[in-house]
Amino acid sequence: MMASDDAPLLIAEGLTKWYGRQLGCRDVSFSLHAGEVIAVVGESGSGKSTLLQLLSAQIEASAGRVLYRMRDGATRDLASLGEAERRLLARTDWGYVHQDATLGLRMAVSAGANVGERLMAVGERHYGRIRGAALGWLDRVEIDRRRIDDSPRTYSGGMRQRLQIARNLVTAPRLIFMDEPTGGLDVSVQARLLDLLRGLVADLELSVVVVTHDLAVARMLSHRMIVMKGGQMVETGLTDQVLDDPCEAYTQLLVASILPP
Amino acid sequence: MTLALELVGIGKSFTMHLQGGIRLSVVADVTFAVSRGECVVLAGPSGVGKSSLLKMIFGSYRCDRGRILVQRGAQQIDVAAADPRRILALRRDTIGYVSQFLRAVPRVAAIDVVAEPLVAGGTPRDLARREGAELLRRLNIAGSLWGLPPATFSGGEQQRVNIARGFLPNFPILLLDEPTASLDARNCEVVVELIAERKRRGAAIVAIVHDEAVRDRIADDVIDMTRFAAAA
Repeated sequence: MMASDDAPLLIAEGLTKWYGRQLGCRDVSFSLHAGEVIAVVGESGSGKSTLLQLLSAQIEASAGRVLYRMRDGATRDLASLGEAERRLLARTDWGYVHQDATLGLRMAVSAGANVGERLMAVGERHYGRIRGAALGWLDRVEIDRRRIDDSPRTYSGGMRQRLQIARNLVTAPRLIFMDEPTGGLDVSVQARLLDLLRGLVADLELSVVVVTHDLAVARMLSHRMIVMKGGQMVETGLTDQVLDDPCEAYTQLLVASILPP
Repeated sequence: MTLALELVGIGKSFTMHLQGGIRLSVVADVTFAVSRGECVVLAGPSGVGKSSLLKMIFGSYRCDRGRILVQRGAQQIDVAAADPRRILALRRDTIGYVSQFLRAVPRVAAIDVVAEPLVAGGTPRDLARREGAELLRRLNIAGSLWGLPPATFSGGEQQRVNIARGFLPNFPILLLDEPTASLDARNCEVVVELIAERKRRGAAIVAIVHDEAVRDRIADDVIDMTRFAAAA
């Protein structure tokens, strides 16, 4: 899991975002290494989604910066990248899994095209190879191959979410951002998706930043946790440390509020 | 004798913010060492901080004071001060922990629950499963159960899956929290044998065991935890 290269893949330094006079998040700093999964937890309005958008260069920071170690080994400030470079990064070395799969998929084209499209975006033109890769990924995310030519409109919520994951992983990214990946799914569907994600993350040695309000999801997927409240990081540490020995009042409240099944 | 683990002046308290910020002292000034091939049993009544201490050694609980020095190859690492990545690395190759209860992951088969720590350490999955199967067989878990998720198993079966998971990788330090609590005599015997084997292979073991017969057979040293009760 730990890369031989010890430099972090991603470093956030003093990340701050103001929306006018409204605070999005303030002074968030952490680093993420290859193969590490970090969960950002907190309630609605805690700034966790803002943080994810800042990290994935979808919005500009009011202060602070995000450094990323590119595939060539050079660590770059995301703000210094040109638009084309940033787009290439987002299409190849990163993945982004939305809570709402319709935002991450193209609903008007087939499942196979959804997976193949990201390969074509990085220059693959050979139809047989693209289709082969798409079939391989459908297998991997447990979608019946015979559904390859169907539109994701005909898919269930859980299948759409798995297809979104396949679409993201086909370019062998090193870093995946996930925004409430299991939100809105039935419990059994959620368990299957979590199990699948756990396996893929371990097998492919992915680094992941996953935003969730569900502490059980954080427990299952992540190595480390960041607890956010009111736009600020209130506690961070190993996932079991934060959940089993929470120090801050707010974290203790969160942990104490979990309903046992 | 080579030291594998050394605790120096460990202190811990919980601050309960939801109960008006009261402080519960757990332990104070815990100091002892465990050599390779030695089994130390923590003794004392419930609430004296035995399980908390194991969690501190494993890094699940933070320490307020003191050092927890773990030998990892030629390196010595202080768990009490180590960053999360270093603690995760220790858990991958140095410290095994058999908790009191199995935290079962939905949908994952018992055999994979057992094999997981080996796979995480780089062992090919097939080999890890074969070795896991051998251990499950030794612990009298019927082969028909291996492919099923343990969530629906009996308490004793879950505990044996947990034991197999903890004992499968050959870690130099093993933390055992009541490993025999819900086992019958026959399976208890298997666990005592496993502990003896691990000691012969040089593992340092810290265990919590209430059964005095089991304790007498595995312990090289018994530490009375009431010695470390924190002054309230």
